[in-house]
Amino acid sequence: MHMADALLSPAVGGTMWGVAAGTIAYSSMKVKKELDDRKVPLMGVLGAFIFAAQMINFTIPATGSSGHLGGGLLLTILLGPYAAFLTIASVLVVQSLFFADGGILALGCNIFNLGFFPAFIAYPFIYRRIAGNEPSKARLTAAAIIAAVVGLQLGAFSVVLETVASGISSLPFSTFVVLMQPIHLAIGVVEGLVTAAVVSFVSVARPEIIRGATESVSLGSLPLRNVFLSFLAATLLTGGIVSWFASENPDGLEWAIAKVTGSGEVTGAEDGVHGMLAALQEKIAFLPDYSFKENAAPAEEGVAYAGEAKGDEAARLGTSVAGGVGALICLTLAFFIGFVLKRRLVSEK
Amino acid sequence: MRSIDGAVLDLKRLDLLATGDSAIHRLDARAKVLTTLVFIVTVVSFNRYEFTALFPFFIYPVVIASLGNLPAGYIVRKISMVVPFAFVVGMLNPLFDRELFFHLGPFAVTGGWISCASIIIRTVLTVGAAFILVAVTGFLSVCQALERLGTPRTFTVQLLFLYRYIFVLTEEGARASRARELRSCGRKGLGLASFGSLIGHLLIRTWLRAERIHMAMLARGFTGEFHSRQVSGFGWGELFYLVGWSTLFVTLRMENAAQWLGRLVMGLLS
Amino acid sequence: MSHHIVEVKHLQHIYADGTVALQDVNFTIHHGESVAIIGANGAGKSTLLLHLNGYLTPTAGEIRIGDFPLTKKTLPEIRRTVGMVFQDADDQLFMPTVFDDVAFGPFNLGLPVDEVKQRVKDVLEQVGAAHLQEKPPYHLSGGEKKRVAIATVLSMSPDILVMDEPTSGLDPYARRQLLGLLRDFRHTRIFTSHDLDMVLELCERTIVLHRGTVKADGPTLEIFGDEALLAECRLEKPLSMQGCPVCGRGK
Ligand SMILES: Nc1ncnc2c1ncn2[C@@H]1O[C@H](COP(=O)(O)OP(=O)(O)OP(=O)(O)O)[C@@H](O)[C@H]1O
Ligand SMILES: [Mg+2]
Repeated sequence: MHMADALLSPAVGGTMWGVAAGTIAYSSMKVKKELDDRKVPLMGVLGAFIFAAQMINFTIPATGSSGHLGGGLLLTILLGPYAAFLTIASVLVVQSLFFADGGILALGCNIFNLGFFPAFIAYPFIYRRIAGNEPSKARLTAAAIIAAVVGLQLGAFSVVLETVASGISSLPFSTFVVLMQPIHLAIGVVEGLVTAAVVSFVSVARPEIIRGATESVSLGSLPLRNVFLSFLAATLLTGGIVSWFASENPDGLEWAIAKVTGSGEVTGAEDGVHGMLAALQEKIAFLPDYSFKENAAPAEEGVAYAGEAKGDEAARLGTSVAGGVGALICLTLAFFIGFVLKRRLVSEK
Repeated sequence: MRSIDGAVLDLKRLDLLATGDSAIHRLDARAKVLTTLVFIVTVVSFNRYEFTALFPFFIYPVVIASLGNLPAGYIVRKISMVVPFAFVVGMLNPLFDRELFFHLGPFAVTGGWISCASIIIRTVLTVGAAFILVAVTGFLSVCQALERLGTPRTFTVQLLFLYRYIFVLTEEGARASRARELRSCGRKGLGLASFGSLIGHLLIRTWLRAERIHMAMLARGFTGEFHSRQVSGFGWGELFYLVGWSTLFVTLRMENAAQWLGRLVMGLLS
Repeated sequence: MSHHIVEVKHLQHIYADGTVALQDVNFTIHHGESVAIIGANGAGKSTLLLHLNGYLTPTAGEIRIGDFPLTKKTLPEIRRTVGMVFQDADDQLFMPTVFDDVAFGPFNLGLPVDEVKQRVKDVLEQVGAAHLQEKPPYHLSGGEKKRVAIATVLSMSPDILVMDEPTSGLDPYARRQLLGLLRDFRHTRIFTSHDLDMVLELCERTIVLHRGTVKADGPTLEIFGDEALLAECRLEKPLSMQGCPVCGRGK
């Protein structure tokens, strides 16, 4: 369920980065306030444990295929929401840097999808409500399954929203939803079963671990409202800024560049810096013409667009061939430069 | 899922590359982190039908990998492990986006195919940039950079602890699963109950280890605060690196250099 | 100095699951002594050591380090006095590089940066690990880890050095080096070990634990001479005291 950089637009990626960063900052503050310095090594080691656990596969009942633990819910049961959120986020950072699971820009999305829902929704509102303090095995299993399913459904839905909002994949919203939600229903059931199996094993073998964990998070004192409010504020802020950019010009970045370089309303001498900036602005205005104007939702404007497309086909082909040749040259050039640099480096030694 | 031992070895290899000593390695990590971010944002900011304009961006990973003296084969292999996933995702585009763009000989090229190719190139570029960042910087320095860029200490300490114990725990996990395999007489997979107890054991051992680490920390006067030394500074070199690359990326974002080059060469030839 | 006396009186420890790990343990260790605590697996050695720096609290009994009884208030002071090296070096080395790890303690003592750097350099040289300074601990071999782990404790200049199985997992050369290192340490040393030859070499006094109680406490040579005692406690004479298996002659 990891989002990848390649499917994201900067606006969506940036917004979610803001959201994730805000939640990390808030959780860090909370964890620090708890003053339980036992948690420092515990969070680290449990994060590493998730890596080890994800490498061991199990057989999914009644299917014969295999799966592995996600771990979000398990971590929250063991550590409580704030510490668990930080731990999940740290796992995702390492995965994005070392295993290319997700990507650097997609980190915000992934941290939110895989961390926020299990830690701040599924655990406090579902797992704890159902499981209570000393759950029977059946109750624990039910709580874990429902919580895992809800967490994953929300996460999967959020993946769909982020992908569709980015507009890089052409998958229509409805198809994507129909694809994602049922798959994650199944994954959620399995995740719940596995989480319950591990929790019940540990609560028999070392009851103090599970007991200590549940005691440290009393439900009443969970100020979820704060989390929601700060989360909402972060979204509005980043989302607002980014979409303001985006609405001015479909390609938000160009607009941003133009703003930053100050080419907006400034009128003045046509020479010197201003001249250059004016030229730059012209460039920007002209930009959408060399590529295809469409950015998102081509289906809606499909008809008009198709007509235009036919007339332009020859021109497009020309542009594309030139682009293709150029791309090849660029690639060759890049690798040639790399080769020369490396040769020089080696001969220096 | 990849084999456990393989994954650990791989991690160690990437980590060891960061101990190299080149001009790029010596740069302050903040410059490298920020440049990588600018790179990724510019690459993904292209609209989905942009394909050729992405190619000039290869200059960045290639130059850094060369200057950083990274083994090209290894980086290419690491990236190519991810490409199949991008391909699977990208392949959905031609199914839904059948609008004709142009004919290339007998082939009708639709928007879906172009955006599919675009997704793959984006993947190679963004994934490559991430790997190269780690290989010329090292995780420790990336974390320090994050902290100095404003990440809460609690979180960076968490990242460092996590990273430190990945090596210990994946080895422990590998031992446990090897022991199980040896006794499972070739049956693949693991039932839920035995998975629960295997992972449960691993979890308990992990927990006890955390208690011992905590004990070792207390024994050396830990009171909840981490102290660290400043390693490097953000100087003119770093500024130049960051601004130089960013300017190039933005320029490449606004001008399709591939298009220009192609026109130029084709003009010369005709 | 009466300062560095370790006094254990009627110590009892019962774990949460009801295991009685220690039962009425008594001894006094004076400054500068080098004492081995030996016993079979599960005899309670590690449990005993964990009481000496206050990680575990006695179920009953009392511990005094120097002039202080071990209480919550004296804990920070006692942890600075008692340097403890754990059985598994991976538990001890948690910081990202060897330097940071060795510097962790001195920084916590509030020393200025320059002094910390100097100390780190000194102790790493002392344990023969100066060249490892910038390495992350997961790139070290077992023996290197052990040496660095000892450096992390020495950097706090403890007055009492406590080590759980210091030589386990070391190759003969590294073990020899470690023995030299420990012999040079001027203050009180307390070890547990299954390496009885090391005990014989380093410790003039030995305490034998058996099922959580002190079975014997006396000069090392005397204890290793008592075959009945050793057999009862599931121990053997050190190899260097046994007859030569090739020529059959005793030592
Ligand atoms: N956390 C714990 N909870 C319950 N029992 C424990 C715990 N730790 C140790 N024990 C038990 O206490 C007893 C003493 O254990 P201890 O670790 O002190 O032995 P040891 O002498 O160090 O053994 P070894 O030579 O194997 O290191 C053992 O019976 C052990 O099973
Ligand atoms: Mg022991």
